[in-house]
Amino acid sequence: MGNYIKLVVLALIALFALIATNYARDLAYMVNALTVALVAGGLFIWTLRKTGEPATTADLSGEYMDGVVRAGVIATSLWGVVGFLVGVTIAFQLAFPALNFEWAQGYANFGRLRPLHTSAVIFAFGGNALIATSFYVVQRTSAARLWGGNLAWFVFWGFQLVIVLAATGYLLGATQSKEYAEPEWYVDWWLTIVWVAYLAVFVGTLVKRKEPHIYVANWFYLSFIITVAMLHVVNNLSIPVSMFGSKSVQVFSGVQDAMTQWWYGHNAVGFFLTAGFLGMMYYFIPKQAERPVFSYKLSIIHFWALIFIYIWAGPHHLHYTALPDWASTLGMVFSIVLWMPSWGGMINGLMTLSGAWDKLRTDPIIRMMVISVGFYGMSTFEGPMMSIRAVNSLSHYTDWTIGHVHSGALGWNGMITFGALYFLVPKLWNREGLYSLRLVSWHFWLATIGIILYAASMWVTGIMEGLMWREVDANGFLVNSFADTVSAKFPMYVVRGLGGTLFLTGAIIMCYNLWMTVKRSPAVEATNQVVPAE
Amino acid sequence: MAKQPIKKEDPSTTGHSWDGIQEFNNPLPRWWLWIFYACIVWGLWYSVAYPAWPGIKSATAGYLGFSTRAEVAADIATVEAQNAAINEKLASVELAAIATDPELEGYAKSAGSAVFKTWCAQCHQTNGAGAKGYPNLQDDDWLWGGSMEEIHLTLLHGIRSETDDDTRYSEMPAFGRDELLEEEEISQVVNYVMSLTPNVNPPQDASLVAAGAVVYEDNCASCHMEDGSGDRSQGAPNLADAIWLYGGDYASISETVHNSRYGVMPDWNERLSEAQIRAVATYVHQLGGGE
Repeated sequence: MGNYIKLVVLALIALFALIATNYARDLAYMVNALTVALVAGGLFIWTLRKTGEPATTADLSGEYMDGVVRAGVIATSLWGVVGFLVGVTIAFQLAFPALNFEWAQGYANFGRLRPLHTSAVIFAFGGNALIATSFYVVQRTSAARLWGGNLAWFVFWGFQLVIVLAATGYLLGATQSKEYAEPEWYVDWWLTIVWVAYLAVFVGTLVKRKEPHIYVANWFYLSFIITVAMLHVVNNLSIPVSMFGSKSVQVFSGVQDAMTQWWYGHNAVGFFLTAGFLGMMYYFIPKQAERPVFSYKLSIIHFWALIFIYIWAGPHHLHYTALPDWASTLGMVFSIVLWMPSWGGMINGLMTLSGAWDKLRTDPIIRMMVISVGFYGMSTFEGPMMSIRAVNSLSHYTDWTIGHVHSGALGWNGMITFGALYFLVPKLWNREGLYSLRLVSWHFWLATIGIILYAASMWVTGIMEGLMWREVDANGFLVNSFADTVSAKFPMYVVRGLGGTLFLTGAIIMCYNLWMTVKRSPAVEATNQVVPAE
Repeated sequence: MAKQPIKKEDPSTTGHSWDGIQEFNNPLPRWWLWIFYACIVWGLWYSVAYPAWPGIKSATAGYLGFSTRAEVAADIATVEAQNAAINEKLASVELAAIATDPELEGYAKSAGSAVFKTWCAQCHQTNGAGAKGYPNLQDDDWLWGGSMEEIHLTLLHGIRSETDDDTRYSEMPAFGRDELLEEEEISQVVNYVMSLTPNVNPPQDASLVAAGAVVYEDNCASCHMEDGSGDRSQGAPNLADAIWLYGGDYASISETVHNSRYGVMPDWNERLSEAQIRAVATYVHQLGGGE
């Protein structure tokens, strides 16, 4: 019976998508509608072929649902490499503008590739990492199989569809021009549906947990899922110009729109890239170090402080703009008060290793996790500092911001994700261990040196251009033109590109290592049996 | 943190275990807690000192009277007051007198350099070297004249600027597009023009030069002069030198004769003050080609 309802729904979706393709007012919408039609049509045929087969009703409640986590691990690795590759490409496009090829204008020039890069690394790489690890962690720490049956698979594939629609849309020119919220209205709607399903799976699993308490990692994951839903809906309030076109008009305008955007943008950092990844950190570091978490008290205090304070820090993105001074002050004050709550996570991560520091010498995965927490601490100090109005007047609009973001994104988010992937793959594919720890070491050093090159070159060039912009002569006249500052940055842009290349190389080595782990490492018995609560 | 002469035993855990993960009962690190408190206290003070708490219609102004907009306005006022006397002098003296007063000239150059980098560099490049269609200001090949007076006039009213009735205006006919010349005549005259500068761009087909001379005499000489030296009073370029604004190869010149060119420069008299215009005139004049 269920299959018949599915067939009707899929047929309707495919039909409407084909109608939308036919009446499409722009190329991006047409390609996106066609993609939806193909996906729905494919699923229709697949469902049709299965219908009538005897249903297998094995009781799986005693086993963790690891298939979807495996798929997430593969997607994370794949999108990571794609995202890093696009990043390296646009880094070199900035250094050598000739790489914005004439034949690729309108598709692969910097303006089109830049949102592709940011969305690919944050949402495709980071998002898949968060979904996959949260599904893994919530099952293990709740001693329960994922709630909702195949709903978890819907979340996984639905999210991949969001990525594909967004990415093809960017290349063909569909964007609502809001940083990190570029996808147009219909992709936003679809993501909302997927996200609510994600929340349902996660909360459903927590509800049926067999442990008496909810583990700290799950608080962070849950706050990330709920807050991102709220941010996403409010920042994407828009009215489509036509049901058959990609363009939409924002509900807010002017400084209200800017403020909504940076409330969203900053909390995308705060809840997607910080809270979500702290959830990851709180599971994988104690597991890999085989040590208890340093302080339960610290985790509870810094969790509540972090989520209460982070949400107000957005206005520091709009210092010295049309935003009123009072809002700008509050953004700055909350950013500085946020410093210690952010560092609470770093302390809990690093101090968990006390008593196991010797592992740094022998275990490159722990080393990766530790340096990740180190970069986390550095970025969460740098961020509040840059939010101070006087510092911001120098740093704003310069490459310093880009360096700051990347020391956090490559250092913290990238490294903790790599650590988690190295931890997960042998467990998920029932292997004895990784194919090669030596290659993990290579990855570690390539990535670390890459990040240092990236961040250092951006500090130098950012501070340099900030100083050049404000340089005036004795009479108060500007000394440099904008073009002067651009040409002065060239060497640092090349260094940045090289740093990115090293980071990308490390990620490719990781993919090879993970692949060989699945292919070659000796198999062991599966560990996906639900363990009883302790 | 207090010194720990002896290695402490592991503290107790909270008693739970999730997938083997336990949690220690460690207290909050003191330094962490005190910095956190300090940040909160500082934040409370800061939000009282500076504009911060919103009400229904306005926000608290803060007891320090801080305002980013007021700060910028004060900075601008300071610089304007500081330069008021010399700006007034710059705007009122004879143009020729600027160069004779070292202080005034030095001021005009640095002010002009800033104006140039803000308003002019987009087309003429940061160093004034120009680009295709945008004249090089470093050389002495001037379309409309390179004296202080001429540069000043060009800056004030622009070239072919639609928003200024006093703008400098001229228009070359589109000989090909408007069918004023046959294709054959165009290739003849292009070859003739190239023959004026045989060392730079020798004619593509020397056999057409003689016929081209006749076409030139009838159609071009009235503006570009018999010898091709041009006429600054109507912005007609010199065709007998090595400098080509739109390119001196056969294809570029042929394109010019076919469709003409129509370079536009904005008039600046409403956007810049007289002192700024004179400053940038002084700056451009001393770039290399001033007359």
